[in-house]
Amino acid sequence: MLSIKNLHASIEGTPILRGINLEIKAGEVHAIMGPNGSGKSTLASVLAGREEYEVTEGEVLFQGKDLLELAPEERAREGVFLAFQYPVEIPGVSSTNFLRTAVNQVREHRGLEPLDAVKFLSLMKEKMKLVEIDQKLLSRALNEGFSGGEKKRNEIFQMAMLEPKLSILDETDSGLDIDALKVVSNGVNQLKSPENATIVVTHYQRLLDYIVPDFVHVLYKGQIVKSGTKDLALELEEKGYDWIKEEVESKATV
Amino acid sequence: MSTLTTQDTFNSILESAPKNFTELRSKGKAQYLSQGLPALKDEEYKFTPIRKKIEQTISRFELAKSFEVNALDVKAAIFAGFEGSVLVFTNGKFIPELSSYDTTLTVNEITDQPDLPLGSIAKAEKDPFVGLNQAGFQDGIAISLPKKSKIEKPVLLLSFYKSNEGQVIQPRIWIEAGDFAEASFIDLSVSMDDSPYFVNKVVEIKGGVNSQLNYYRLQNEGKHVIEVSNTETDIREHSRFTSVNVSLSGDMVRNNLNLNLIGSNSEGNMYGLYLLNGKTHVDNHTNVDHTIPHAESNELYKGILADQSRGVFNGKIFVRQDAQKTNAFQQNNNILLSEDAIVNTKPQLEIWADDVKCSHGCTTGQLDEEALFYLRARGIDKTQAKGLLLYAFAGEVLEHIGDESFREYCIALVGDRLGSKF
Ligand SMILES: Nc1ncnc2c1ncn2[C@@H]1O[C@H](COP(=O)(O)OP(=O)(O)OP(=O)(O)O)[C@@H](O)[C@H]1O
Ligand SMILES: [Mg+2]
Repeated sequence: MLSIKNLHASIEGTPILRGINLEIKAGEVHAIMGPNGSGKSTLASVLAGREEYEVTEGEVLFQGKDLLELAPEERAREGVFLAFQYPVEIPGVSSTNFLRTAVNQVREHRGLEPLDAVKFLSLMKEKMKLVEIDQKLLSRALNEGFSGGEKKRNEIFQMAMLEPKLSILDETDSGLDIDALKVVSNGVNQLKSPENATIVVTHYQRLLDYIVPDFVHVLYKGQIVKSGTKDLALELEEKGYDWIKEEVESKATV
Repeated sequence: MSTLTTQDTFNSILESAPKNFTELRSKGKAQYLSQGLPALKDEEYKFTPIRKKIEQTISRFELAKSFEVNALDVKAAIFAGFEGSVLVFTNGKFIPELSSYDTTLTVNEITDQPDLPLGSIAKAEKDPFVGLNQAGFQDGIAISLPKKSKIEKPVLLLSFYKSNEGQVIQPRIWIEAGDFAEASFIDLSVSMDDSPYFVNKVVEIKGGVNSQLNYYRLQNEGKHVIEVSNTETDIREHSRFTSVNVSLSGDMVRNNLNLNLIGSNSEGNMYGLYLLNGKTHVDNHTNVDHTIPHAESNELYKGILADQSRGVFNGKIFVRQDAQKTNAFQQNNNILLSEDAIVNTKPQLEIWADDVKCSHGCTTGQLDEEALFYLRARGIDKTQAKGLLLYAFAGEVLEHIGDESFREYCIALVGDRLGSKF
């Protein structure tokens, strides 16, 4: 589904990603971990199409298409979804209007009829249950004044509404209380299918108890320096990143 | 040179003005002549070269005459869903045959009302254009609302303008509301063709105690129009006055809005939106004068500027020594959509009382890129995402229009503009 080859990206001339290689197949869940500042959000942003980043080398194929050629909205319509680490507050834009515009533009791209107000509302109700999000929240302006946890929940709600093929969850667990973490993970698991794939960026093994990954990757200084199964996450939880950093540094000096 | 020129040019206008209100007119003329048209060195007009604009655009310094419109013109100009009174004007002259209004209102042509205290609210010494209008206003009306009258449906002041090679139009409106009266006015102007003209309008509003008045204005005339408006009101005890001014077009527009809070427990609100493109220049000068304790003023002006358009905002808040416990809020936010668009914004607070709550702020910037990316990342195309954001930005002003049909009309106009142009 997603094939990243030797991806290099920089911002304002500073290289951040330095040769990422990653293959993701339909039905898989990949966890990306790594110390602060290692480039996890940068990778997520580059995949979603944030224009401040300049891709200097490498390629990304998504379902056989050159993803890097596409505008952010085209990627979203093709089925890429980024749950933001820091969702943006947008005063004055109603959550419902926004979502309806988004859902219908995505549907149009997929050759589906636009949803009328009634159908849209019933879809909203169904998906609201999934992530147990309060109606009141959605009658407000998009993310405006939402608590950290409410914003994260709203991201997963939007994901449920848009039914993406590839979901990238950037630290969706941070800021969630234990109950919310369960609800959100449960939502993500219910949306999982053999046809779609998920990338979860996280610092905590805890999330991976709920969303069980098939693979765990460690990103460090803009490269994936180690990959493994979910046991790797447990090992990281126990030992931290120092041993990996040492491994990397020693290789580099050889 | 300049003062002489402007005196000369406008002298013919003053000559051709009606021969009523002789004393008032001669006072206005004296005031106007002592100031002349404002030059750029005039602090109040330093970003708005209105004199130059007038001299370049107006070729015939004479008053444009009233002309004929018919019921179809009126119908075409009225927006969908509107219900209420309609007062029709052509080049400032009231056309009773095409007007229909709530019988609670008394509507008279100004010329039939020699005792009207014109100039007692909008004083000629404050601004040369008020003086010019006072000296040479052609026509206009006086509307009065009896005590305790609640005019449920809005009163549309529908002005048609047409000029021959750039003439001058000087309308005058006097509104007097009795105690406890409530009404909303919608000031809407329509250009009959694309020709330039200069409108110099003065609106005076005298509110009774416990009155609630709204004055909404939409400026969406031809691209070659020069328009100056002076709107001034006295707000008495337990009263509320709200102004919403929406500017979408014109060549050069200058609005002076003055609110005088003269009775305690009163409230004055000023909202404005300017959505500009091409070379349109819109200047809003507002002034709220807190003279008494326990009054509140709220102000929010927002601008979206594309192309080479220019916006000027100047908001004066004057809190006199006696005006303790004043609450005064002011905000001006601008989004520039082009590198050539310019905004000059200046809050001017003069506070002589010590127990007051005042806040003001102004911002000028580009569209929020983070927000734009967020919307696009959900599949919304760039143009539409920009539209959504700008529309939301503008909506915060338009939501203060109390009349639903007029609000919807403004929202639709703004929506169209944001969808197509930007
Ligand atoms: N505009 C910028 N100019 C220079 N460096 C930047 C800029 N934006 C981000 N960076 C740097 O890029 C690096 C990677 O940031 P990124 O947000 O991808 O890290 P992360 O792995 O997601 O970290 P965290 O775990 O804290 O979320 C950081 O060192 C950051 O400071
Ligand atoms: Mg991050």
